[in-house]
Amino acid sequence: MSEFLQQLVNGITWGSVYALIALGYTMVYGILRLINFAHGDVYMLGAFGGYFLARALAPAAMPGGAMAIVVLLGSMVACGAVGFLIERLAYRPVRRSSRLAALITAIGVSLLLENGGILLFGADPKFFPQIIPARQYQLGAGVSVSNQQLIVILVSIALMLGLRFIVLHTRVGKAMRAVSHSHTAAALMGISVDRIITFTFVLGSALAAAAGVLVALQNPKIDPLMGIMPGLKAFVAAVLGGIGNIPGAVLGGLVMGIAEVMVVGYLSPTWRDAIAFVLLIAILLFRPAGILGKNTAEKV
Amino acid sequence: MMSPLSGRIARVVAAMALIVVAGCAQTGEEKIVIGEYGSLTGTDATFGTSTRDGIQIAYDELVADQGGKIGGLAVAPITPEDDQGRAEEAATAVQKIVNQDQAVAVLGEVASSRSLAAAPICQQAGVPMISPSSTNPEVTKKGDYIFRMCFLDDFQGWVMAKFTAENLKLKRVAILWDVKSDYSKGLKDYFTQSFTGMGGTIVGDQSYSAGDQDFRAQLTALKAKKPEAIFVPGYYTEAGLIARQAREIGYKAPLLGGDGWESSQLIQIGGEAMNGCYYSNHWSLDAPDSNLKRFLGKYRAKFNHDPDAIGGLAYDAANVLFAAMTKLAAEDPQTFAGLSSKSAGKDLRKAATQKLRDLIAATKDYPGVTGKITVDANRNASKPAVVIEIKDGKKVLNTTTYPQTPAS
Repeated sequence: MSEFLQQLVNGITWGSVYALIALGYTMVYGILRLINFAHGDVYMLGAFGGYFLARALAPAAMPGGAMAIVVLLGSMVACGAVGFLIERLAYRPVRRSSRLAALITAIGVSLLLENGGILLFGADPKFFPQIIPARQYQLGAGVSVSNQQLIVILVSIALMLGLRFIVLHTRVGKAMRAVSHSHTAAALMGISVDRIITFTFVLGSALAAAAGVLVALQNPKIDPLMGIMPGLKAFVAAVLGGIGNIPGAVLGGLVMGIAEVMVVGYLSPTWRDAIAFVLLIAILLFRPAGILGKNTAEKV
Repeated sequence: MMSPLSGRIARVVAAMALIVVAGCAQTGEEKIVIGEYGSLTGTDATFGTSTRDGIQIAYDELVADQGGKIGGLAVAPITPEDDQGRAEEAATAVQKIVNQDQAVAVLGEVASSRSLAAAPICQQAGVPMISPSSTNPEVTKKGDYIFRMCFLDDFQGWVMAKFTAENLKLKRVAILWDVKSDYSKGLKDYFTQSFTGMGGTIVGDQSYSAGDQDFRAQLTALKAKKPEAIFVPGYYTEAGLIARQAREIGYKAPLLGGDGWESSQLIQIGGEAMNGCYYSNHWSLDAPDSNLKRFLGKYRAKFNHDPDAIGGLAYDAANVLFAAMTKLAAEDPQTFAGLSSKSAGKDLRKAATQKLRDLIAATKDYPGVTGKITVDANRNASKPAVVIEIKDGKKVLNTTTYPQTPAS
């Protein structure tokens, strides 16, 4: 039993990272009907942004907590800027073209970021400085949780609540929801659709950057290709929850993380990557709109 | 009058002609080409860089002592091809070394999966390949042109099993191994075989894939089986992360490993979590050996840090190769001339590399920095292994074990 609970804790930690990345996918999809395949690589850039920031700040000898907050926010801002540039330079020029063109552009941006990362940072892994030393807490029943795991879970929850607040209770959030219903109608109501789309990209990229820094805090090895697998799996998580649906992305991420950890713990570790795609196939067969998604009839 | 476009074309043609001329001038020089391939980048990059640096020291000595010449022929500087730590890239790199660069001998690799990918290419081309530090038994079984300078995993697995059972006096051990690596699988099997033979039990068996970030699920499952130690026969990057995460889920017993842990980065990645862990290795810097002392002095002066065993083995591999070439030059200068890049006929070169192969195979009691090297009938070197204990972030020699069973 204690083993199961421990695995559950591991799964939730891992799942909340997927959830953070999946949110970016789902927001962009909700508004543009575009799968932003470069999103996983923005997550990688987030980890590297945090890495360089932490190294630059190391001489300042700040206390761990303050340093972690600065690194997290700094990396989110930097990646928000990257998201802005990606949208401006790559996606906006093809916005009026077919959806396929946009999709291929996304794959191109993804490859550019991965190989640009190899060129810029080098292909060998880097070691993220230990800003917050690990400490154990016993939860009873043989289950233990580290302060780093707690940070991952708590920061993820805070960011998701923040996002929920922005989407539901602010003017720009209202505009986002309007744009996701219909670009034309939103434009007729005086909403600057371009600006909302840019904002969505910035927001999504900042969340991915946060996920990158949180993962690097825990597992200090980062490299330019680290975003590929988590990116793909978070995409599956977004589809699982119902793509375009924000609570769905969170749920999908958690299901994904827990499923992965349980498969490794109780079946075989070689199934770790397979389970994501087994889930994807299953959901597409039985509930194509996702767990929380609504079925919509598409006129052809 | 020339249009701007045709002017540009003329310039390009002129540049190409220059390149061709320069290329000809290069091949015109007589020299011996030795190829090297390794993981200069990738998750186990220190394997490639240490190998490169060890070979560099050997080459520097050759330049200092003999003006960089063997038997009157200049040896070209040895520059490694990067295989990025991937088996398929290793095959491509060695294809290039053998076919384009016309190398007469190849040095590399460390990881067995990559040596296994490259060995058939060298074997087919009839070019001797010396792997400094691939320990999987299969590597030298690829053909009679493939050599190695280190012990094998059956021996290494036995050493760690013996150490665990007799020195640590443990009975229940779990294993966490890398499914993507031939080395890891081999070492796991040999350890299991020896350890169960000594009365121990393997209480848990879990695996991962190189490049994974999160090992908590496997570790949690293993921890539930209450092993007295976990054997992690993988490479240093994962070993460091695994140690860190094992401590994080509250597992305090030692982790055990093989020579894949040997890297300056192991302790950098694993941090405090590595303390109290043990792994088998090819050497310890504490060994009282005059050759080793001399090598250490040169290495530290050039690179400002200590070499790891991978660098030491690479140094020995290069020197064994140089020694074989020197011997060939002395015994049979006519055949030796076939090693030159200028030697026209393929047959001449074949004859020379074949002779070179025979001489490498005849290496006996060569005083290397990693111990005496004698190449046996299976083209392996039979050498003692040491067990290193990590204490306060330092690698300390714990025990030295000599081969007792004849290496198969």
